[in-house]
Amino acid sequence: MRVMVLVKANEDSEKGEYAGHEAEFAAMGKYNEELLKAGIMLAGEGLTPTSDGKRVAFGEDGGTRVIDGPFAETKELIAGFWIWQVASMEEAVGWLKRAPFRGQTIELRRIAEAADFEGKVPQEILDAEKRLREQLPE
Amino acid sequence: MADPATHRTVEAVWRIESARLIAGLARATGDVGLAEDLAQDALVAALEQWPESGVPDNPGAWLTAVARRRYVDGVRRQVSLERKVAEIGRELTEAQTPMDEIEFDEHVEDDVLRLIFTACHPVLPRDARVALTLKLVGGLSTEQIAHAFLVATPTMAARITRAKKALSDGGVPFEVPVGTELAARLASVLEVIYLIFNEGYAATAGDALTRAELYEEAMRLGRMLAALAPGEPEVHGLVALMEIQASRIPARTGRDGRLVPLPDQDRGRWNRLLITHGLAALATARSISGSEYSGPYVAQAAVAACHARALVADDTDWVRIATLYGVLAALNPSPVIELNRAVAVSMADGPAAGLAIVDTLAGEPALRGYHLLAAVRGDLLERVGRRDEARAEFEQAAAMTANTTERAHLLARAAACA
Repeated sequence: MRVMVLVKANEDSEKGEYAGHEAEFAAMGKYNEELLKAGIMLAGEGLTPTSDGKRVAFGEDGGTRVIDGPFAETKELIAGFWIWQVASMEEAVGWLKRAPFRGQTIELRRIAEAADFEGKVPQEILDAEKRLREQLPE
Repeated sequence: MADPATHRTVEAVWRIESARLIAGLARATGDVGLAEDLAQDALVAALEQWPESGVPDNPGAWLTAVARRRYVDGVRRQVSLERKVAEIGRELTEAQTPMDEIEFDEHVEDDVLRLIFTACHPVLPRDARVALTLKLVGGLSTEQIAHAFLVATPTMAARITRAKKALSDGGVPFEVPVGTELAARLASVLEVIYLIFNEGYAATAGDALTRAELYEEAMRLGRMLAALAPGEPEVHGLVALMEIQASRIPARTGRDGRLVPLPDQDRGRWNRLLITHGLAALATARSISGSEYSGPYVAQAAVAACHARALVADDTDWVRIATLYGVLAALNPSPVIELNRAVAVSMADGPAAGLAIVDTLAGEPALRGYHLLAAVRGDLLERVGRRDEARAEFEQAAAMTANTTERAHLLARAAACA
């Protein structure tokens, strides 16, 4: 199974402030190396501050509006992520506990596999399509 | 175990820690079998104590400390026993301070690499290498391994015990081979990992077409090896091959559970992340070796990459694939590779050209009973319009495969030729 590990932003990450965090970076580098050597890391990236980011808002009519960063709600923003391949959520928790974070909460989410949709989404879509077709004039 | 949540946590800790734990113990004791026994003792202690005490902050250090204490106690018992029989020798004073000066975290990665090479030692039969690698490096339980290979747990336990004894009896040193020995030993490691991958990916028997536990473990072992031995192009070649093949898994079975052949697969369902990884690993292999195809895994990965790069089946560069199979046949002549080359040639130059190659393989003893020979011949015969012969070949292929999904697919093709 694959899990995504979501690291939330904080004031410093939003400022792009790296000075004074050298030790944290070194510890994170070591941790990443450990993940790599355990063969579980599929992807891992850090994101630049939202001042570099954009949002595209879709209206009810499908019209779009582009919003420039930075975005205000710092605690809800994502600053980085990993994708890991593990045998269980417990294993992912075990790995995450070894990470050198301090004073923050990191979120683990299981990535949906095809099996999660089978028998769920396709059937609904089929049913919706059937209803639509019945409403159409011959 | 009363608490299933703690049990799962212990299992997860074991998966994370066991290879390093066993590897460190093996270096300290010089005996992989003993190291595994000590590590198992520590696991049993964890299962007994953690539900009460909670999982320690540093579970790896906890397990190491327990295993180490068991070893020291064992040596002490041995020492006092031997004192009684008055055989105190020089080896004994050495053994009295068995692990006092051993720093576990130091060089532990080298130890894991040694562990991989030891578990894949050619002194062991192939199935024992596979079992031992999953047990010692993968951290799977004997029960899990037995289940994956469809054998009874006591049978698998006996296989593992025999393997550990064979390593000990054979005096196999706990080391990464050097010089001329390295190439052959590395080939054995790669073979074991790819066997594990294929056991999960191709599932030679039973209903489950893919057994994620095994192929994911093989991919993890491959990535581990690539990180531990980054200078070996074939390791990256194997990683590339496995990642690209695994990228197709979501598209390989239809909603009815039937096998979808490569040309008919919905390529939108291929896992792009794995493809990206695989292509990057292939590029790494090439830049290290400075050559296009440094070995059989790199060449096979190059074939897989040709498929991965084609956004629609018609874009597949079959001429290049046919050339690659020619390269592979030169590296490692085998009728199976020749059969694959025949398929590629049939796509590049037409079914008649492919059939000409397949017909040279008819009497190959190595392919006797091999359902893919009949399946490929059936396909080529159908494409040149010899439908009656094609049907007979498909039926024969169906009778020869143990995989029920594949059999259904072959029977459907036979029926379509009627």
